[in-house]
Amino acid sequence: MSSSHSPSVEVHEEGVKARVGLWLFLLSEILLFGGMFLLYSMYRYKSPGDFHAASMELSRFDGTLNTIVLLTSSLTVVVALHSLHIKHKKGRAVFFLLATIALGLTFLVVKSFEWTAKFEHGLYPGAKFLATQNHGFILFFGLYFTMTGLHALHVIVGMVVLSFVTNFVIREKVRPDRINIMENGALYWHLVDIIWIFLYPLFYLIS
Amino acid sequence: MAEHGGGNGHPHNHFPWYTNSEGKRAGIIGFLTSTNHKRIGTLYLVPILSFFSIAVILGVLMRIQMLSPNSKFLAGTLYNQVFTLHGVIMIFLVVIPAIPTIFGNFFLPILIGGKDMAFPRLNLFTWYLYILGAVILLVSLLTGKGPADTGWTFYVPYSLRTTVNVPFAVFGVFILGMSSILTGLNIVTTVHMERAPGMKFSRLPLSIWGIYATAWVQVLATPVIGITMVLILIERVLGIGVFDPTKGGDPLLYQHLFWIYSHPAVYIMILPAMGVISDIFPVFSRKNIFGYKTIAFSSLAIASVGSLVWGHHMYVSGQSDTAGVVFSLITFLVAVPSAIKVFNWVATMYKGSIKMDPPFLYALGFIALFSIGGLTGLILGALSTDVHTHDTYFVVGHFHYVIFGGMGFGLFAALHYWFPKMFGKMYNQKTAVVAFIILFVGFNVFYMTLLILGWAGMPRRYYSYLPQFTDLQRIATYGSWVMVAGLALMFGNLLHGLFRGKKAESNPWGGATLEWQLPSPPAEHSFAETPVITRGPYVFTDQDGNGHGTKEAHEQQPQPKR
Repeated sequence: MSSSHSPSVEVHEEGVKARVGLWLFLLSEILLFGGMFLLYSMYRYKSPGDFHAASMELSRFDGTLNTIVLLTSSLTVVVALHSLHIKHKKGRAVFFLLATIALGLTFLVVKSFEWTAKFEHGLYPGAKFLATQNHGFILFFGLYFTMTGLHALHVIVGMVVLSFVTNFVIREKVRPDRINIMENGALYWHLVDIIWIFLYPLFYLIS
Repeated sequence: MAEHGGGNGHPHNHFPWYTNSEGKRAGIIGFLTSTNHKRIGTLYLVPILSFFSIAVILGVLMRIQMLSPNSKFLAGTLYNQVFTLHGVIMIFLVVIPAIPTIFGNFFLPILIGGKDMAFPRLNLFTWYLYILGAVILLVSLLTGKGPADTGWTFYVPYSLRTTVNVPFAVFGVFILGMSSILTGLNIVTTVHMERAPGMKFSRLPLSIWGIYATAWVQVLATPVIGITMVLILIERVLGIGVFDPTKGGDPLLYQHLFWIYSHPAVYIMILPAMGVISDIFPVFSRKNIFGYKTIAFSSLAIASVGSLVWGHHMYVSGQSDTAGVVFSLITFLVAVPSAIKVFNWVATMYKGSIKMDPPFLYALGFIALFSIGGLTGLILGALSTDVHTHDTYFVVGHFHYVIFGGMGFGLFAALHYWFPKMFGKMYNQKTAVVAFIILFVGFNVFYMTLLILGWAGMPRRYYSYLPQFTDLQRIATYGSWVMVAGLALMFGNLLHGLFRGKKAESNPWGGATLEWQLPSPPAEHSFAETPVITRGPYVFTDQDGNGHGTKEAHEQQPQPKR
């Protein structure tokens, strides 16, 4: 039966397959972070006061700025997809893809300033100052570095994926009728975004 | 094992998918770069059976240590390292991947009438991840202060403090987990997207239902152990504190995270075996399976309910009594779908025309041993009796009955069932029967004795014991030797069959599923024309056991052209 398929039907089927596979992958990514969210909720339940005190050490300005940056990047990647898929405008799609990657880079730069500041204040695992604090305080920073670190790793992976997508769009391996690689790249980027949407209030907005 | 060398070095054309790769590179390179699902299945077969043999040898070494309470053969840390290595190799390199990767890869696309797996390149990638994970584990053996001595569970805080090579071991497990997730993802997508026209879910062979339910557990549960292993690594390197009690970390939370994966992993091990058994019973009873739908749905029920019972590993760990009662109750619930399956297999034989061929013997062995494993599991699942038997040989006996008696015998049944199809050769069936009997007797002498020892109070993971256990410990060791002799005969017979066996017919057992309508072994592209499915997988119309069926049934069956 599949031999009688027209090429466009085959392309469509490949696209559906790839999307099913990617959604399953995203599900497993969510459960990967789920393990850490479980740890976070248990430790926060045990020592809410320490978590609040530790949270006050974080820069809410940096966190909010990064949230805005990532949310904007999700918008730009959708605009890029829309430009190519619906409007058939390759140049505009490439521009917005590059904008998304640039915003990802901005996120990482802000994050690195934030981390550097924490290191200077002795707020990192193994630091002498941190070791003198309450258990909940230590755990907060243990989780903060692990979870935001793992998230940053995903941002980097997402940027690499989007670079490949940009390359494919330029070389027209991704076209309006063969859009699925770009769609999947955008989906992955949204995952990176949505994990941050949970990390942001959990670490920066505890009251 | 030598299946590999034998297969791909062979110049004969009766190994078609070994010797040419779409007209491109042949030989080993062609083999290692081919994305053909049959080659990848065979690629998995070789290392998995090799690792199985290595872990069996480690097990025998432990039994030799236990011949006498004062034995110095493997005393102290060495004993701890050997049982850890035995557990890690068996669980992560053999039992979890075996059936989905070997037979899932080889037969899933054929059984659903598809061309290949949904993502052939990803499929090959998972094999390389598997090998990478194995290599990392190997590195942990040879570097630093030697392999981990924590047990395969890597419990904190000990796994944070021990000076042996835990980081490499947990990183290897993480990589193997990625391989497992991607395999599961591939299988789920394949079952949904690659079925032939007319292959409704209600016509899927039950082996596919088993592998499908497993694949969901692989996708959803494995990430949790992935992150847990990464956290151990980060904890050891950076000291973040999440599992370290001196910094406020809670070791009990580690146990929760570990078993949130590792209990469902037990079902990753057993569900594919149950699926294979469900395919074998109707074929050798010449009768449609009893209760197709209940078997199919009980697979899904086991997969979902089985994900909620992890706390029964932690009754004496200090979790709350309420949690203990709830986990115990749900544990009893999982026994229901498992028992439904056993009932259905037995009922399938009723008034059937039974042929005692080797695959069927292994399937029967599976039921006997799995039932013992399941019933001892209920003793462990009950709060009060578990306190008595926790961390004793009773637990060791129980999970060997389930994992080895269940999954292991399921794997052997699958090997004997599909061997002629995979390699186009037939092993000596009489020898296979003799091997089965030796294996079965040795198995029970060995593990039944462990159950008795455990009930009497012999703790697990000790390299010495009280003098009153000496006789039983020796009986167990002798039993293990008989069992290994049976295993050696079984594998020797299969190897002999591979090189010297007679050519196999296309349908030696009279099966009605799609793979038996292809030549043995199948061509590189299994189906020249996509088959159209018009009936269920266990519709037998003949009584002579040849499996050719009446003329009418023959016409109904899909007729792939070569």
